[in-house]
Amino acid sequence: MSEHACVDFKPVDAILSRYPREEPSLIQVLQDVQRAYNYLPCDVLTRVAGELGVPLAKVFSVATFYKAFALTPQGRTIIKVCTGTACHIRGAPQLIEEVQRRLGIGPGGTTEDMAFTLQTVNCVGACAMAPVVIVGEKYVGAAKATTLATHLVQGGGE
Amino acid sequence: MRIESLEQFGAAVEAARQAHLAKGREIWVCCGTGCLANGSKAVAEAFDARIASEGLQASLGLYHKATGCHGFCERGPLVVIQPEGLLYAKVKVGDVPEILDKTVARGEVIPRLLYKDPTTKQAIAKYDDIPFYRHQTRVAMRNIGRVDPGDLDDALAHGAYAGLAKALSTMTPDQVIAEIEASGLRGRGGAGFATSRKWKACRKARGDRKFVLCNGDEGDPGAFKDRSIMEGDPHSVVEGMIIGAYAIGAHEGYLYVRDEYPLAVVNVGKALVAARERGLLGANILGSGFDFDLKVSRGGGAFVCGESSALMRSIEGRTGEPRAKYVHASDKGLFDLPTNLNNVETWADVGAIIAGGGAWFAGWGTQKSKGTKAFSLVGKVKNTGLIELPMGTTLRHIIYDIGGGILKDRPFKAVQTGGPSGGCLPADKLDLPVDYEILADNGSMMGSGGMIVMDDRTCMVDVAKYFLKFLSEESCGKCVPCREGLKQMLLIFDDLCTGKGKGGDIERIERLCKGMQLGSLCELGKSAANPVMSTLRYFRAEYEAHIDHKACPAGMCRDLTSYEIVEEPCTGCHQCVKVCPTEAIAGKAKQKHVIDPAKCISCGACFDVCPEDCIRFTARNGRKEAAHAHADH
Repeated sequence: MSEHACVDFKPVDAILSRYPREEPSLIQVLQDVQRAYNYLPCDVLTRVAGELGVPLAKVFSVATFYKAFALTPQGRTIIKVCTGTACHIRGAPQLIEEVQRRLGIGPGGTTEDMAFTLQTVNCVGACAMAPVVIVGEKYVGAAKATTLATHLVQGGGE
Repeated sequence: MRIESLEQFGAAVEAARQAHLAKGREIWVCCGTGCLANGSKAVAEAFDARIASEGLQASLGLYHKATGCHGFCERGPLVVIQPEGLLYAKVKVGDVPEILDKTVARGEVIPRLLYKDPTTKQAIAKYDDIPFYRHQTRVAMRNIGRVDPGDLDDALAHGAYAGLAKALSTMTPDQVIAEIEASGLRGRGGAGFATSRKWKACRKARGDRKFVLCNGDEGDPGAFKDRSIMEGDPHSVVEGMIIGAYAIGAHEGYLYVRDEYPLAVVNVGKALVAARERGLLGANILGSGFDFDLKVSRGGGAFVCGESSALMRSIEGRTGEPRAKYVHASDKGLFDLPTNLNNVETWADVGAIIAGGGAWFAGWGTQKSKGTKAFSLVGKVKNTGLIELPMGTTLRHIIYDIGGGILKDRPFKAVQTGGPSGGCLPADKLDLPVDYEILADNGSMMGSGGMIVMDDRTCMVDVAKYFLKFLSEESCGKCVPCREGLKQMLLIFDDLCTGKGKGGDIERIERLCKGMQLGSLCELGKSAANPVMSTLRYFRAEYEAHIDHKACPAGMCRDLTSYEIVEEPCTGCHQCVKVCPTEAIAGKAKQKHVIDPAKCISCGACFDVCPEDCIRFTARNGRKEAAHAHADH
């Protein structure tokens, strides 16, 4: 595989050492892998499958079932627009459009410079502050389309 | 220090209580997800820094703690000053010195920081006097906002684990179950199954190895009670689970926490470590000979995992696909072993019920729905947040007395309860008392307590479409009626909202609903038709307007709506210009503004901010009367 040369296995090996080598560890391991690599590299999944003794097909079925996992590299800053009911009726669709207009990416998309990925989330449980956008780790409550740009600029700085 | 016996437990509680009483004054800073988003971490740090640098702990006996969610998230960061019980809202770092100098040192109230009632416009100083809190009765949320979730001693001082000590020292497992039965407690995750019956079935199941699980996969959009409980008082959940495990005869358990709740994952994890260190979890709990331990399992972000059998598959490390219900979890659940699963709020009630007695809890509520229930009151209502009330409270009391009425005093249209399995109730149902049966009889559901209030600017066809889209993304795809039914319905709704609706669509929708109700494998599919059925039942005229007149009475379906500014009374205040995302509005200051229809995307942002009410929407095809006729009612 083309990415073979550049995948660093140290983080995944460290993650695997923290869990029992059994199927119930799979989701927890993948969550840590997602956090460490920002996505689930194919070769890393092969390593996880081998070490946990789970068929690779099963690893992929789990990796594609849950929303927390991505099989492609994600942007450095992830913009999550909450689309819970309270956010929806208080204007979440306008916020998604605004991000689309500003960054030219739809839900699930990543900008070419890998700065941002846009995701929609089915309720982050911060409904009292609807509509909510999470830029990186920062929660923006009562978000407005016209002021979203400033948060995007701040969120983009690393 | 590890608590080895009941005597030592009593001593530890007494010591914690004395330490708590010795603190002359306390400042509570809310550090729930809502307040953190509004900047409460910096406020908490500023208090810490000033208290330390000026030695206020010694001079004023002043202590500071970070608490869980007070529920009134919209007004955050919230700061409570004890013992006066003063509540300051929207506190900024810059306000910290003034609060310490004036309020703490000299007892002066700072009017600027007080909560102002949106109805009476009056400032209210005391936490307990604010209508949002005054009308509440808290059992599951008894300690949220009052204790530091990271401090077990603080929890002990506020009564945590008292129910556990009572159960382990004076009650047999059967007596514990009898007490829960007397309380009338039913599942707080939504289905409302009697908790004691679940426990009995699992207790009777054969096998030495059994599990108790906590469902913290709060997926209903618009509900966040479980998040607040896990974040703000995780020990109440842990205590309930130990009591349940004792009653059932289980020695292992899992707390399944939604991946979208990072703070809950952290706080629950810390609570387990603290409880284990003190001997409240692990071998020989409080010297009783009973062993029990808990693990946290993080979800992967799948709504269907809130379904019990899917949740168990997920803990096993597999994809969260439900299985048919003829196999009971009490016989074959997690790892095919007897398992009992309850919701976060249910577990949080258990400790209080054992400590206070079943009859005490059953003193609230209606004939079949006992006790209190947590709700998240959100949407187009003035006071949004988390509340807990006796069962049987009317929707009107919740929305108008606690919620303060509809935002901007617009007309109430509907309240959505029960999440994607629930429905929308119209204005003539406002006087219904809320309990499991009454909501179900009226086409909705208790669900996990989300109450989303909608005004005349909410399109009910769009709301139904929203839930269909949500469910079609979350359907696990295992059974055909749910997977394909949702997909086909969504196609019809796309047509309705874009002016392509045609005669017979409503009947097609109804047939699909029936098919899904009859043929789906799990409750997600069986109940998926509810939002559609309830909006059709109460708001059929809105569907007909979309089909017959190609008009959206609420002005929310963009393809059907266009906006314009009327001559009078536009004052040229410029507010609409500021919020327009496409720069479609132009006009000189103090002169009438104009919307450029070529640039306008009909988002309605201008309509929502106009102070003069001079922006009108009409059906895009020019049939003004159709849109107006419906918008006016």
